[in-house]
Amino acid sequence: MTQPTKGSAEGAQHQSAQEQATHPVGKMMRFGLEDPLKLDAGVSIAPWQIAYETYGELNADKSNAVFVCHALTGDQYVASTNPVTGKPGWWSMMVGPGCPVDTNKYFVICSNVLGGCFGTTGPATHNPATGKSYGLDLPVVTIGDMVRAQRKLVLSLGIETLFAVIGGSMGGMQVLQWAAAYPEMVFSCVPIATAARHSSQNIAFHEVGRQAVMADPDWCHGNYAVENKRPTKGLSVARMAAHITYMSDASLHDKFGRNLQDRSSVSFGFDADFQIESYLRHQGMTFVDRFDANSYLYVTRAMDYFDLAAPHDGKLAGAFLHSKTRFCVMSFTTDWLFPTSESKAVVQALNAAAANVSFVEIDSSRGHDAFLLNEPEMFKTMRGFLTGAAKARGIEAPVKQSD
Amino acid sequence: MRKNVEVAHARGDYQILCDFVVPQAKVLDIGCGKGELLELLVNLRQVDGRGIEISQAGVNECVARGLSVVQGDADKDLDAYPDAAFDYAILSQTLQATMDPKQVLIELLRIGKKVVVSFPNFGHWRNRLQLLWRGRMPVTDYLPYEWYNTPNIHFCTLRDFLALADEVDARVLRAEALDAKGKPIVYSGPWWLRNLISDQAIFLLERK
Repeated sequence: MTQPTKGSAEGAQHQSAQEQATHPVGKMMRFGLEDPLKLDAGVSIAPWQIAYETYGELNADKSNAVFVCHALTGDQYVASTNPVTGKPGWWSMMVGPGCPVDTNKYFVICSNVLGGCFGTTGPATHNPATGKSYGLDLPVVTIGDMVRAQRKLVLSLGIETLFAVIGGSMGGMQVLQWAAAYPEMVFSCVPIATAARHSSQNIAFHEVGRQAVMADPDWCHGNYAVENKRPTKGLSVARMAAHITYMSDASLHDKFGRNLQDRSSVSFGFDADFQIESYLRHQGMTFVDRFDANSYLYVTRAMDYFDLAAPHDGKLAGAFLHSKTRFCVMSFTTDWLFPTSESKAVVQALNAAAANVSFVEIDSSRGHDAFLLNEPEMFKTMRGFLTGAAKARGIEAPVKQSD
Repeated sequence: MRKNVEVAHARGDYQILCDFVVPQAKVLDIGCGKGELLELLVNLRQVDGRGIEISQAGVNECVARGLSVVQGDADKDLDAYPDAAFDYAILSQTLQATMDPKQVLIELLRIGKKVVVSFPNFGHWRNRLQLLWRGRMPVTDYLPYEWYNTPNIHFCTLRDFLALADEVDARVLRAEALDAKGKPIVYSGPWWLRNLISDQAIFLLERK
């Protein structure tokens, strides 16, 4: 039996990352021993659970559900205060009342990914067999597994078709996986700043991050929870390296240039002389407060394994044949992590499959991170596309508001 | 297409163009600009409409209007579409701005069961007179560009187009000669005369 439950501590802020992983607040769907989750690794896990949040109201014919897929280090708090950081939802400009994904009109679901650390089963979750955290005993999960888990959540909520599936970066991979694996459940979808496969360069960056985590002696071969240690140094370096890939050369230069941090000349030492160094150190240090190191290994691995064309002899169009889903693909001009060429490959495959596709490249100086930021053109495109799709589906269009 | 093409008064031909398309057809509009024609086809003909547009600003505007449009180049991106994927492939006022009009027309005939092409007629008497009397490349209200800044790099006349259609094994199912404002010229004389008096023309083609 699946059981939706609600944590008692809702609204409690600054819950520690560790507590959120093991005793999460917020909504939770639990699946028992009789309802195992099959994984691509060839094994199943049971019991398992998926932590989620919802916004807005499901309409009578259940036709207005929008599923938002979060990125690598995101969480289910897309439009509400994050209980660990106390910060607003990570996409609160995109999702909310009157926003492009208008919660006055749509019922929005966002869940923590499988392998994550915000309540969904992941390496920090207690393994029922041992009573201790899974650590590296959790099987390696894939984007396909994440979406399989999300599908079970959606069906458990009594929803048979999603009006839209939306997400950026790793969230966009899940969007493409949804559309390819369960086309009959996806009326429309918006993959943003993403790709149908993880490139060699991107796998390389992830490997650097994982090696940084694993080189930290406090990682303890994944058993840091049992040893009562935390590999903060390694995870912090991993985040610093990754953070560079989320920004563009131009945006880094505009923001920091060669400016010095709280000093008038260089120190001839290895302190953070430059503002960019100080900024990256800060990013690394705050990241370890909200994210689990083993989760970082699992979730980056899931992205590395993603290759939607692989089961179709390398022909991506094969993943979308006979698809009736309406696609709106978006990319950003200065995103070098998921460049426009990756989005164009998806668009070409969709054209070859005679699918219904729109594609917009948005002019932005802010690199990959642009999809999380205030990009009016992205909001305008999202609102226009969803409004058109809502009209096609017979959902009343959201009242037009200025972005 | 090197640039987003905007031929003056081109909108007049949209009404006629809509008449060429049967309701509920699957349509690809190549060089759809800001989506005016596509929107008209969706509203008037309830088509399943798609568009390709080279300018990003045009694409963004189309998608924000709820149209299904991708950024792409008629010269490069048509080969991604399967054979006979659309009931109609439409090329409105764009053929003369492509790098390789013949290849584009061949691709259109491959992906569209029928093809609608509209283009400005360079054989209009005003153009001929300018070249004859002034010895200069024609600049008219309808074709306002100088030779050095025109996006229309492959001009043709009505008879040139008929010859090209023949060369790529296309059958002309219907043709309309239009004035500069897009009004049909109610005259069905020989091609040489229509070639002289029409500012633009619309052709409906299919593969032989």
